[in-house]
Amino acid sequence: MKRAAYILLSNPLSVIGLLLVGTVFFCALFADFIAPYPDHAGAVMNFAFANKPPSAEYLLGTDVVGRDILTRIIYAYQVALGMGLVVLLIAPPIGVAFGLIAGYIGGWTDFILMRISDIFLSIPPLVLALAIMGLLEPTLLNAMLAITAMWWPWYARLVYNITRGEKVEGYVLAAEVIGASKAHIMFREILPNCVPAIVTKMTLDFGFVILIASSLSFLGLGVQAPTADLGSMVSEGTRYLPDSWWMTIFPGLAIVVAVFGFNLVGDVLRDVLEPD
Amino acid sequence: MPDPLTLDIKDLRLSFKNWSGTTEVLHGIDLRIAPGERVALVGESGSGKSVTSRIVLGTMQDVRTARVTGQVAFEGQDLSALTSSDRRALRGRDISMIFQDPTSALNPVFRIGELFQEVLKRRDPKVTKGEARAQAAKILHEVSIEDTDRVLDSYSFQLSGGMNQRVMIAMALINEPRLLLADEPGTALDVTVQAQTLAMMRDLVVQQGTSVLFISHNLGVVREFADRIYVIYQGRIVEHGATKELFDAPRHPYTRALLSAIPRLTGGGVPDIAERSPDFDDPFVDHAEVR
Amino acid sequence: MANPILSLDAVSKEFRVGKSVVTAVDNVSLDVAQGECLAIVGESGSGKSTIANMILGLFPATKGQISYAGTVLPAKRTLEHRSQIQLVQQNPLSALNPRRSVGASLRLALDVHNHGNPAERPAMVAALLEEVGLDPAMATRAPSGMSGGQRQRIAIARALACQSQVVVLDEPTSALDVLVQARVLRLLNDLREKRGLTYLFITHDLSVVRNIADRVAVFQRGQLVELAATETLFENPANPYTRTLISAVPVVSEPELALRDALAAGATV
Repeated sequence: MKRAAYILLSNPLSVIGLLLVGTVFFCALFADFIAPYPDHAGAVMNFAFANKPPSAEYLLGTDVVGRDILTRIIYAYQVALGMGLVVLLIAPPIGVAFGLIAGYIGGWTDFILMRISDIFLSIPPLVLALAIMGLLEPTLLNAMLAITAMWWPWYARLVYNITRGEKVEGYVLAAEVIGASKAHIMFREILPNCVPAIVTKMTLDFGFVILIASSLSFLGLGVQAPTADLGSMVSEGTRYLPDSWWMTIFPGLAIVVAVFGFNLVGDVLRDVLEPD
Repeated sequence: MPDPLTLDIKDLRLSFKNWSGTTEVLHGIDLRIAPGERVALVGESGSGKSVTSRIVLGTMQDVRTARVTGQVAFEGQDLSALTSSDRRALRGRDISMIFQDPTSALNPVFRIGELFQEVLKRRDPKVTKGEARAQAAKILHEVSIEDTDRVLDSYSFQLSGGMNQRVMIAMALINEPRLLLADEPGTALDVTVQAQTLAMMRDLVVQQGTSVLFISHNLGVVREFADRIYVIYQGRIVEHGATKELFDAPRHPYTRALLSAIPRLTGGGVPDIAERSPDFDDPFVDHAEVR
Repeated sequence: MANPILSLDAVSKEFRVGKSVVTAVDNVSLDVAQGECLAIVGESGSGKSTIANMILGLFPATKGQISYAGTVLPAKRTLEHRSQIQLVQQNPLSALNPRRSVGASLRLALDVHNHGNPAERPAMVAALLEEVGLDPAMATRAPSGMSGGQRQRIAIARALACQSQVVVLDEPTSALDVLVQARVLRLLNDLREKRGLTYLFITHDLSVVRNIADRVAVFQRGQLVELAATETLFENPANPYTRTLISAVPVVSEPELALRDALAAGATV
C-alpha cells in the first residue's frame, strides 16, 4: 500500500490520470445530481436555445435542438462506462481460458485454439464490428456484443504468451512432479501470474472500448438517438462545422479525456502490480 | 613521479531511493589496484561486489534511483567529474568487461568478426574491415583458437559456451585496456572449461600488463587468479591481503567462516558453520598494515 | 545389489533434432540402494538431467526400463508413483510460485496426495516448515523477499510433504552462497538419516560430492563411465575423464591441491 502510494506520487502523470478517470466515473455515477439540465439527456426539443455557443448558462453550448452539451456529455459517460464494463466482464474470461489452455496444454489444442483466435485477430476490428452490426440490429446490446467479439482474442494472445513463459518456471515443474491436475496448474498456479498484466490491459482497454464504441456510433451503428453518446454527438456536430464548433470539439475532448485518463492509469497499475 | 594507481576507490558509498526510503548498500569501500595487478573482490550474493564493478564501469551512475558518493579514480582521473558520455568513451577502450554468461553477452545478430570490428572502432574509428579481421585473428590465436576464419564468420549461438568465453576474453583485451573488470567470469560454464579459459585469461593479462578487478563468490577460483584479495560482506570490506596470506592465515571471522564452509575435495564431511554471526561485523582487517 | 529401491535397466533416451537423432542417455544400467546417497556427476551434455527427468516420469525412456522397489514404472505415472519420487530443483527463485503463499505451495502436496484430513493440514504445513528449520509463521507469507536459502528449505519441505522415499536433488545447492550451502547440505543429511530417505544427488560440484555421497556415478556424453564408492573414486579414479574432472575443481587448501595435482599426474592416492 505504501509502495503503491510512492509509485503514484512520484509520477505526476499518474495523478493526472487518476483525476481524469475519477472525473469520468464521478460524472457517470452522479449524472442525475450534477448535470445542469438532466432532462436534456433524452429527446427534448428546446429550439429557442438551439445552436448557442458556450455561455454562463450553457457552459459548453447547446446542440441543434437546443440541448445542453455538458449535460449530454455527462450522460454519455454513463453509457460509455456501462459498455466498457460489460465488454470487459465478458471478453477477458473467454480470452483467458483460450490462452491458458492453448499455452499450457500445447500441441493440437494450442494449434486449434490459437488459429480460431487468429482468425478474429486478422480481421480489422472496426470491419469485424461493422460486419456483425450489419447482420444485427444497431442497438446498444448488439454494439456491445460486436465489440466483445473483436476484443477477446487480444486477451487470448496476452495470456497465451505469459503462459508459455511461466510453463517452464520451476514452480510449474514442481506442481507436475507432485501430481497436481492440469486444471490446478493452469488456474491456480499460472493464472495468478497473469493477473497483473490482465488488470493493466483491462484498464487500458476501458479507454479503447469507449473509443471503438464512439467510432461505431459515429458511423451510425452504435447507440441510437435519443440516448446521449459521445460518438454520435461528434458525428452530428460535424455537419455544423466550423460555425458551431462546440458541438464537435467538446464531445471529442470528452473522448480524449476518458481514453487518455485510462491509459495513464493503466501505465501506473503496471508499475504497482509488478512484483519486486 | 610514480605511476598513478589504475584504480583508486575511496570511501565509496551507494544508496538507492525507493518507496520505503533510502537504503545504503555500500558503506564506504576503499580499494586500490596498481598497474598490472590482479585484484579480487570476493563476497556472497548481495554483498555489493557486482554494484561496485558497475560503478567502476560507470553505468550505475546513470541509474535514476542510485546515489553514488566517494571517489572512484581511474588513472588519477575522478570518474564522477566525467560526463556520462565521457564515461561511455572510457568503456570498451580503456576499461573493458567480461561477464558471467558469455553467450548472452555477445549480440546474436552480428557475426563475431563484426563484433570485433565494432570494439576496435572504439579505439580507432577509421579501422578497416581487413585490419580488424587481422587483429581479431591475432588475438584469437592467443586464446588458442586456431580456425579463426570459421569463428569470425560465425554467430555467437553457433559456438559452444567455452568458445564464446574465449571470444569474449579476446574481445575484452583486443584494445589493450588498462583495466579489465571480470564479473564472475565463466560461472555459467562447465568446470573443466572454466579452468581452461581462466588460465588463458591470466596468461593474456600478464602478457599485456592489464590490471584486473576480478569479482567472484568462488574462493577457489580467486585463489588461482588473483595477487591480492578484498573480502566484502554486506557492503563493507572486512579483510584485505595478499592471496597467500589470506588463505594461509585468514583473520576476520567472516573470511574464516567463508573458508571453512567450503566442502573439501579431501573429504571430512559438510562443515558445521553458522550462516550468520555477530562477529561477522567485526572491524576491517588489513594484512598489509599488520606486517 | 539386493532389493534396490530404484533401478535403471539398459535405459536410453534419444531426441530427434531436425532430421538427426541425438542420444542423450546411452544404455545406462544402475541400481540405487534404499537409504543411500548416489551422486550423479557430469558436465553439460552428460545426460545427467535427462536421467533425472526420466526417473521423475517427465518423459519416457526410448529404450529400457526404470523400476521402483521391483515394479516397473509406466510412462504415464499415477498419483501413487508421484508420491514415491520427489524433486528439489536448482533454482530456488523460480521453484516457488511468486503469487502464492508458502503455505499454499506446501499444502498442494498434502491435498494432492490426501495426507491427513483437511483440518489437520495447516498443522502439518507448520510441522514441515519446522522440520526444515524455518519459522512456521512463514506459511502465510509470499516467497518474495525471502533469501535463496529459505526458499530452498521450503522447496525441500514441499518434497517431504509427499512422503516420498526417493528424492532427486538437482543441483540443490549450486545457486546458494557457501555459508548457506553448508547449512542446507547438513539439513539434507539430517533429513536422510531421520526419514531414511534415498537421494539421487545430481551435481557438477565434486567437492560437495566428496562430502555427501555414498557412491558416485560419473557420466560423459550420455554414458556411465565410472561408478564407485566415493572414497575409491576420489583416491583411485579408474576413468581418465573422472581424473580430468577432479583436477579441474577449484580448491582452497594445500591438502586439496596436493590431491588434485597427484591425480592430474596419474598417481593413486
